[in-house]
Amino acid sequence: MTNILPAITGFLDKTFVIAEFELRKLRHDYTELVTRALQPALWLLIFGQVFSHSGTMHTGNIPYIDFIAPGILAQSVLFVAIFYGINVIWERDLGIVQRFLVSPTPRAALVLGKGFSAGARTLSQAAVVYCLSLLLGVKLDWSPLALLNVVVIVILAATMFSTFSLIIACIVKTRERFMGVGQVLTMPLFFASNAIYPTDMMPAWLRFISHINPLTYVVDGLRASMLPEGISTFGLGYDYAVIGVATIILVWIGSRLYPHLAL
Amino acid sequence: MHYAWNGNDFSHIMTPPILETKSLTRRFGTFTAVDTLDLTVSRGEIFGLLGSNGAGKTTTIKMLTTLLPPSFGDAFVAGFSVIHDAVKVRRAIGYVPQGVSADGSLTGYENLLIFAKLYDLPRREQQARIAEVLEYMGLTTDAGRLVAEFSGGMIRRLEIAQSMLHRPQLLILDEPTVGLDPIARDEVWKHLLDLRTRNSTTLFFTTHYMEEAEGYCDRVAIMHQGKIAALGTCKELEGLLGKGSHSLNEVFTHFAGSEIDTGGSFHEVAAERATAQRMG
Repeated sequence: MTNILPAITGFLDKTFVIAEFELRKLRHDYTELVTRALQPALWLLIFGQVFSHSGTMHTGNIPYIDFIAPGILAQSVLFVAIFYGINVIWERDLGIVQRFLVSPTPRAALVLGKGFSAGARTLSQAAVVYCLSLLLGVKLDWSPLALLNVVVIVILAATMFSTFSLIIACIVKTRERFMGVGQVLTMPLFFASNAIYPTDMMPAWLRFISHINPLTYVVDGLRASMLPEGISTFGLGYDYAVIGVATIILVWIGSRLYPHLAL
Repeated sequence: MHYAWNGNDFSHIMTPPILETKSLTRRFGTFTAVDTLDLTVSRGEIFGLLGSNGAGKTTTIKMLTTLLPPSFGDAFVAGFSVIHDAVKVRRAIGYVPQGVSADGSLTGYENLLIFAKLYDLPRREQQARIAEVLEYMGLTTDAGRLVAEFSGGMIRRLEIAQSMLHRPQLLILDEPTVGLDPIARDEVWKHLLDLRTRNSTTLFFTTHYMEEAEGYCDRVAIMHQGKIAALGTCKELEGLLGKGSHSLNEVFTHFAGSEIDTGGSFHEVAAERATAQRMG
């Protein structure tokens, strides 16, 4: 027991060191934050507006634009995080990965630290979606607890998807292959989720897939937290449990595969 | 293997070796990259591993730095097994990989601070230690600049500074001067020699620059097809070819069967050229 506490604090300390320095890079060059803001703007302002006026989406008591806002935030998190592996391959090609692996840092701390930094980076997407939602008249829950839930879910989701991305990077090892795999994975994850339409509209087979898709639980958790009605299919606790367990499993796999990048 | 070793024999020193490999072997499928390597490096020694691309140098270094597990055999760094005590080995060594391992998106200072934290330097010592290595490597005035703006020589000096922060007993450098112009190369070596003199740090490095091996190494091993083909001081190795004056290049050609700059896989050659380009 006396050894466990220093081990845990040491692990967390290293994790936050890795995250801190990833975020310091943003301070030197924040252009990516600006360019990333474009994607949610397009989805909310064009796609959201068109389908809102078409009346083809049946979203119960809430307007479609309110329904889609948490979905677009989840999608932004997914799209930003899923290509995080490219950075890892770049660092591997340079020799940075090797340098970190030769330090006495636990592999899981290296992986989780990178995941957390991706999470912190995607918080800017949350700010963009909130601003656009205000502009579009979406009713949002501004209570501190709701905002805290959004921050935690966004960070956890980005950690989960960026770690998934890191695992792909560890397997494919080249930027060209990674881009191909990334493209193949992103769209199915997005469309087989509840991000832009309710799962009730899906055929049974697709609804089944959406229920094993972690993005569905991210969207559900965000919808429960962002909107005052707090609509949720699975319940916030269940959403957290799925996202949390998936993240832990992915970090475990990632920490096993990360050293393979140096081979 | 040809041993030519009777001059400055470090084995007479009673202290245990800083590095010892015992039948160290690494196979990739049916290909044996490193074949039953037996090597001993004494404390304070400058040891050069010479070989063409594909000779097994980098694979050896990857095993010594715990990046790659051996297929057979073991290596002991500061008395710790690379297989069983990997974390202790990592604390005992500093490592400068062949590629550009400093992060161009961070400043020189930040590149040092992250490693000060990862190596658990006490918080109150971090700043003093960083200031010390920056001054030592002549980078104090540039510490606040992004590394992407550094010259190749400055990047290498920063990487050596990073690897020195935790005061390792053994510094392992994989082609430390590849891609540098002669002036920057001399500058890097000046600091490395100074490091050995001041801290008695053992230097283990790979190179395919013969003049570096001749100029700076206490001992040299010529590696060929995964094995040590010859081992000794440069003078002793040159003596192996018989009477007359022989260069280390001739010795290398004799034992390796080819000039040093030939061979290597596509990946190795591409990586080396990419490093040279980034350093240039």
